Amino acid sequence: MHIIEKAQLMSAEEIDRTLQRLAHEIVEKSGGTKHLALIGIVRRGVPLAQRIARAMRGIDGVDVPVGILDITLYRDDLSKVAPQAVLRSSDIPFGVDNMDLVLVDDVLYTGRTIRAAMNGIFDLGRPKRVRLCVLIDRGHREMPIEAQYTGRQVQTSDTEIIEVRLREIDKEERVVLVDRVG
Amino acid sequence: MSYRFRDLLALEPLTADELRFLLDQSKPFQEIQKHPLKKLATLRGKTVALAFFENSTRTRISFNTAASRLGADTMNLQAEASSIKKGETLLDTAFNLNAMKPDCLVMRHSASGAADYVARYLDIPVVNAGDGTHEHPSQGLLDALTIRDRLGTIQNLNVTILGDILHSRVARSNIHLLGKFGSKFTLCGPSIWVPRELEKIAPGVPIRCVYKMEEALEGAHVIIMLRVQTERLDDPPLSANDYILLYQLHAQRLKLANRDAIVLHPGPINRGIEITPDVADGPQSCVLEQVTNGVAVRMAILYLVIAGATESGTHPALEAKPKESANATD
Repeated sequence: MHIIEKAQLMSAEEIDRTLQRLAHEIVEKSGGTKHLALIGIVRRGVPLAQRIARAMRGIDGVDVPVGILDITLYRDDLSKVAPQAVLRSSDIPFGVDNMDLVLVDDVLYTGRTIRAAMNGIFDLGRPKRVRLCVLIDRGHREMPIEAQYTGRQVQTSDTEIIEVRLREIDKEERVVLVDRVG
Repeated sequence: MSYRFRDLLALEPLTADELRFLLDQSKPFQEIQKHPLKKLATLRGKTVALAFFENSTRTRISFNTAASRLGADTMNLQAEASSIKKGETLLDTAFNLNAMKPDCLVMRHSASGAADYVARYLDIPVVNAGDGTHEHPSQGLLDALTIRDRLGTIQNLNVTILGDILHSRVARSNIHLLGKFGSKFTLCGPSIWVPRELEKIAPGVPIRCVYKMEEALEGAHVIIMLRVQTERLDDPPLSANDYILLYQLHAQRLKLANRDAIVLHPGPINRGIEITPDVADGPQSCVLEQVTNGVAVRMAILYLVIAGATESGTHPALEAKPKESANATD
């Protein structure tokens, strides 16, 4: 079995433009940003959340805090995880009680990551509202979970993989659709 | 990097990278100690057997708390109330516990090597919670984590260990861990507790034995106190008063160490014997941080051995000999 690249879904400029749009949408629809905070899901949700927060600063100087959440400990598939997934530190430098949280991740797929993230968040306190923002929604949900803010919806098959490559982690910047062949 | 072994029996055979990985993996669990809701569901449905063939309060409660914060259930076996008193062999006890299908066995025993021995016969991960005078791996890890948090590093430190080193598994685990990061050790106490042979227990690690406390403290970054087992004080012909006079850590003596030196003690403390209350409760003392970190370290250990139980390899301590048949008897 090998992996082939089928298509580029987003270029660096498109990612940038999409994040700008998402930042605007979130600010517009939040009805005030006083209690607004972003939480990036480890790994690629983190740089995305930081970039959205930066874009928000450009919108009337809206300054929102950004937290980092590693969901490994909250997964429901302990036995299926590659043995001993490396734990990364979560860092949520604000109390979540009564906050207006937006979870940020790169790809929304089965919804299990977001289920785990919500468990993680609720161990920290009781936010007033939790919404979800993703760069790509690729369908195939296994949980009753939807994103309020979506960069782009993509029709995919089960064997396909969406790779979001970000310069902070991958040294390149684009979104590609790859397929497992053979 | 990952922890690739089934068991955690000793720190001595682990590499610096493996030890650093264990410390790093404890960090997320340190954060969980600060959450208002400290219980995870990560190990829900798993069972941790705690078999303490030797008395322990702190370590047992710490492992128990670690297991329950991960969502696991525990079975508790305590020496006094158990069939060991009725003459059952160690291996029979272990087989019987294992027959109740726990996912991990945490054990303490007064015989060095007991955890290794049991691990050879069981098909579940075994975690050594202290075996005789051999090792106490979780204590070594929590001490290193505490030192790293306070001093920012565990590299190249001057570490002074005070007390009954000869009988101390804590001292050995500390030496085997910190020694791999370039630390130098000074061991100090009455000569019968600090025989010169100890200088050779970790080849490649600079260890010196000194018998004057003032000399031992000079330039120390880390001072690890060991509990004076008052029941052992008859053994060297030394009265408690003499011990206090020669080896008690008090504020005046602490000034001889590095200005930012920290003081560790695995507990329980004998206030007024090996350490004075003003030092034990002072700003340089890390005693209670050690206890808090103990739960985090033990959560990391249980998570790693249980979550990784399917595919991990043999603990290096067991590699010397092949696994023996599970049918063998004591």
